[in-house]
Order: sequence, then C-alpha cells, then structure tokens
Amino acid sequence: MANMNLYSRNDKLFVYVNMALIVIFTLSTLYPFIYIAAVSFSDGSAASAGVVVYRPIETTIAAYRYVMEEPLFWTSYRNTFIYTFGGTFVSLLIIVPGAYALSRPQLIGRRFFNLFVAFTMWFNAGLIPFFLNMRDLGLMDSYFGLIIAFACNAFNIILLRNFFEAIPQSFEEAARMDGANEFQVLWKVYIPLSKPALATIILFCMVARWNGFFWAMILLKDEDKIPLQVYLRQVIATLKDDEEFGLQVMNFSYSVESVTAAIMVCSIIPVLIFYPFIQKYFNKGIMLGGVKE
Amino acid sequence: MAEHNSTSEGRLIRLYDHFKREWQIYVLLLPMIIWFLVFLYKPMYGLQVAFKDYSIFSGVANSPWIGLEHFNTLFGSDQFMRAIRNTVIISIYSLCVGFPMPIILALMFNEITHHAFKRTAQTIVYLPHFISTVIIGGIVITAFSPTAGIVNLFLGWLGFEPIYFLIKPEWFRPIFIGSGIWQEAGFSSIVFLAAIAGVNPSLYESAVVDGASRWQMMWKITLPSILPTIIIMLIIRIGNLLEVGFELIIVLYQPATYETADVINTFIYRQGLQGAQYDLAAAAGLFNAVVAFVLVMTANTISRRYSRTSLW
Repeated sequence: MANMNLYSRNDKLFVYVNMALIVIFTLSTLYPFIYIAAVSFSDGSAASAGVVVYRPIETTIAAYRYVMEEPLFWTSYRNTFIYTFGGTFVSLLIIVPGAYALSRPQLIGRRFFNLFVAFTMWFNAGLIPFFLNMRDLGLMDSYFGLIIAFACNAFNIILLRNFFEAIPQSFEEAARMDGANEFQVLWKVYIPLSKPALATIILFCMVARWNGFFWAMILLKDEDKIPLQVYLRQVIATLKDDEEFGLQVMNFSYSVESVTAAIMVCSIIPVLIFYPFIQKYFNKGIMLGGVKE
Repeated sequence: MAEHNSTSEGRLIRLYDHFKREWQIYVLLLPMIIWFLVFLYKPMYGLQVAFKDYSIFSGVANSPWIGLEHFNTLFGSDQFMRAIRNTVIISIYSLCVGFPMPIILALMFNEITHHAFKRTAQTIVYLPHFISTVIIGGIVITAFSPTAGIVNLFLGWLGFEPIYFLIKPEWFRPIFIGSGIWQEAGFSSIVFLAAIAGVNPSLYESAVVDGASRWQMMWKITLPSILPTIIIMLIIRIGNLLEVGFELIIVLYQPATYETADVINTFIYRQGLQGAQYDLAAAAGLFNAVVAFVLVMTANTISRRYSRTSLW
C-alpha cells in the first residue's frame, strides 16, 4: 500500500511536469502568431522601433487601411483563390480517374503504369529542365500554365489508389448487375466510399496551392496574375533591404513592418477559418498515406 | 477454339476483345499518363542540356554537345562545393535536432489524459504546418530584425547589444533549423502518435499490476514499441538528405549569408533561373537528382529488409 502511494506521487509529479512542458511548447508555437498580429495593429513607429511584445502599442488599423487601398493586394488575393480552387479542381479531374484505373486488376500493364508513376517520386529532373519545358510549352505567365503544371503528383495518386484497392469488390457488384459502366462505378460506388481519402487529397492540394510561391514567382511576370504569397514576398523583400541598408519609414502611422504583418494576418485568416473543418481528417487521412513519403 | 487462342492471332483477338470491353479504364487512365509525360518525363529528356552548350535559339535538341564540361566547371567551383557542403551540414544538423522532437512530443502527448487539453494543444502545434513559407520567412525577418524585432528587444533587456541576425553567417543555420522545427515538429508527431495508438494495451495493464510508474512504462513499453516506426522514419529522413527547404532559404538569405546558407537548390536557382546559365545549373540539378536517387533507393532497400514492407 505504501508502495502504491509512492508511485502515484511520482506519477503526479510526472503528469504535472509533462503538462507544463506541453503548455510551454504550445505557447511558443502560438506566440509568433500573436506577435505578428500585435505588430500589425500597432502604430508604425512602435512597430519599427521594436517595442511590441504581445499586444498592440498605440492600437491602430492604419496598416490594414494601407493594405486595403493597395490594388495589388486585392488582385493577388483574388488570384490565390483562382489558383486554389481551380487548381484543386483540375487536380481531382486527373488524379481520381487515374488512381481508379491503376486500382483495376484487369488493367493491362498495371505494374508498368504503377512504376511509371512511382518513379517520379524517386527521380526528378529538377528546376531547370522543368522551367525550360514550361517555356517551350508556352505556359509562362498564364493562369492555366500554373494550374496544370502542378495538378498532379505521384504521392496523391498512390494514396488514393491504395484506398480504392482496399474497397471490397462486393460493393460494386450490385452496380455491375444493373449494367453500370466503369464511369458509373467510379462515380456512384468508389467516390462516395472514399470521402476520407478524397478529403485528404483536397486538403493537400488546397494547402499547397494556397501557400505555393516559388513557381508562381518564377513563371509569372505579369503582376496581374501573381498570387498573394508572391506579393507578400515582394513586400518582405523591401523589409529585408530596409534592414540591410538601415532605411526606415517612420513618419506614418504605418510602417513596412506593420504593413507586412497586416498582409501576413490577412493571408493566415482563411487558413484559420478553414482549419477546424480540415482538422478532423488529419489523423484519418495522414495515416492513409502511412509511412509512404 | 482453345487451340486457336494459343496462336499469336488468337492473342491479338483476345487483346482486341479486352480493349473493346475495357476501353473505359484506359480513357480514365489517359489524362494522368499524358500529364506525367508532359510535365515530368519530358523534363527528364530535357536534362540533356547538362551535357550541352545550351542556347535559347537552338533549343534543347539542337544545341551542341560539350560532354562533361559543365561538371568540370561545377566541381572546380568554390561556390558549388560550398553549396554541397552547406546542404549536407544543414541537413545533418536539422536531422540531429529536428528528428527527436516529434518523438518526444508524441510521447508527451500520449501521457496526457485530459482530453480537451490534449486536443487543444494538438490543434495548436499542428497549425504552423499549414502556414506558407513566405509567412514563416516574414515572421522570422520581423522577429529577428535588429531594430524592430522582439528577439533583440529581449536581448536588450538582458543588457546585450542588438545583433543583426540575418546578415550574420553564423546565425543563419540556427535560425533556419529552428524555424523548421517550429513549423514541422508538431505535425510530424502524428505518425508517432498513430504508432503509439497501436501498442497492445495489455502490456500496460500487466505493467500496472507489477507496480510500474508512468515514467517507467513510457521508457520500457511505449518507446520500444514504436521503435520500428522511429527507424523507418529515420531511414526516410536520411534518404531525403539532400532535400533542404530551399524556398525558405530563398526568402531568408542574402549575399552576406551565402557562405553558410547557399545550398544546391538555391545555387541552381541563382545560376539558372536568375542568371540564365541554364546548362550549368541543369548539370548541378542532375548531380543533385542522381545522388538523391541513390540515397532514396538505398533507404528503400534497407527499410524493406528491416520491416519486410516496402516504403512505396
């Protein structure tokens, strides 16, 4: 009995220390967001002078007002929505039928096609040949080019194919009896049964599109087509130059720092709104991919 | 009829029947195959510019061959050797510091019995995974700024002079690796949490009967049980050794920090995409891809032997 008390006292200490560490880690994950939000609502001079810690100093929405009046902000924001939803839609149009075909046992050359897809995970031609290819195809500086060029990847196809393969044949038998063709079996049997896998793929596609900046920066020269992240990077580049050359804009109620922070907040907000909906699919969906990447 | 089937003519007839019956599958397959050919396999054909004196006017196919000249240039260039060195160093550092973090986090989360607390904490630590590289870079630049940043504010309170973190080569790697951990440690713990969820509960029950403390159970039961997952994840990480998050480096680095920050992909970006030396940069990319391919294949073979299941 004495023993048991001893253990449980130890356990209590263990539990509290553990909780405290988790709280510390969680707060340090959260803190940069709070910091950026505080900077974005601070007066320009306070934001530039580095006195903001966790709450706005001389609270103002001047930075947001400045951002809202910037036409490029709205254009790029709209473009991000186009790339996110258009891109995800096109991705599904290619990935879903492709993964279904790969999962069919009667497909001739199935092993070959699977290898054909998987090989691209192991070997990639790299940035330059991809870029030259895009130029040769005439897909620079176009919405369609950016959307189609990143519509597909081996990982998502394999994830969905594995899910399709795990669906028992018996589910489609009734549909087959009614004379359904392959398109109908895919549409009426497999897609409704694959909601968790599809939700995961939609999540991956949308997050990649929303956050993608590198190829958008390389392929798009026309400012009217750039997504929000490329615009944000341009603003951040001025912030970085400022630092290097010691320049500062201090005479306004907004500054480079507070404006950058405001754009970052505007870019994070849709993710935060969407986040609770996608979160329930994490555990389920991520494990579908398993240890596959 | 059976006799007829074994002839080549019979095989053709069967093939014809097959396509007549199953053509729909091939229609479904086709867009994906075309996409892979156009956007992933055609660039592989374009890799030949690594062995050519590429000019925009002649195009990929018609530029003259020059053999291994670009590779000679690369391996004689201090910049490229520095990029290889930086890639490996950054990768190994982030492996050593970053790899244990999600495991520790998963073990810690597993010990929390309060459900709402656990869920809230998990929701928060997964979040940075969904934030874009540019924003991570923006946060880092703001926070580490010598005049506007919170980090120098704290240093000032402690009586230190402000440090120009982002133009100091010695600070680049810690900042880069630290932001990587901040972004991914939480989300990467999911894999290990899933492995922990698969541990046989009867192991814990008999340990409780034997009077084991929770600390002991964590060390003696949970950790050994998830060891196979840990090893597989480690092998994957080593297989992807050359994959450094170069997009974040592009946002963060500047000429003053190239010395420690410039990796293979940022080198390719600068030489090729900014400097239009496509052939030389493609050669650097080919070297990168071949080494990566060997690493990944080796990792896959080892893990197949270890776990008897392939990673793919």
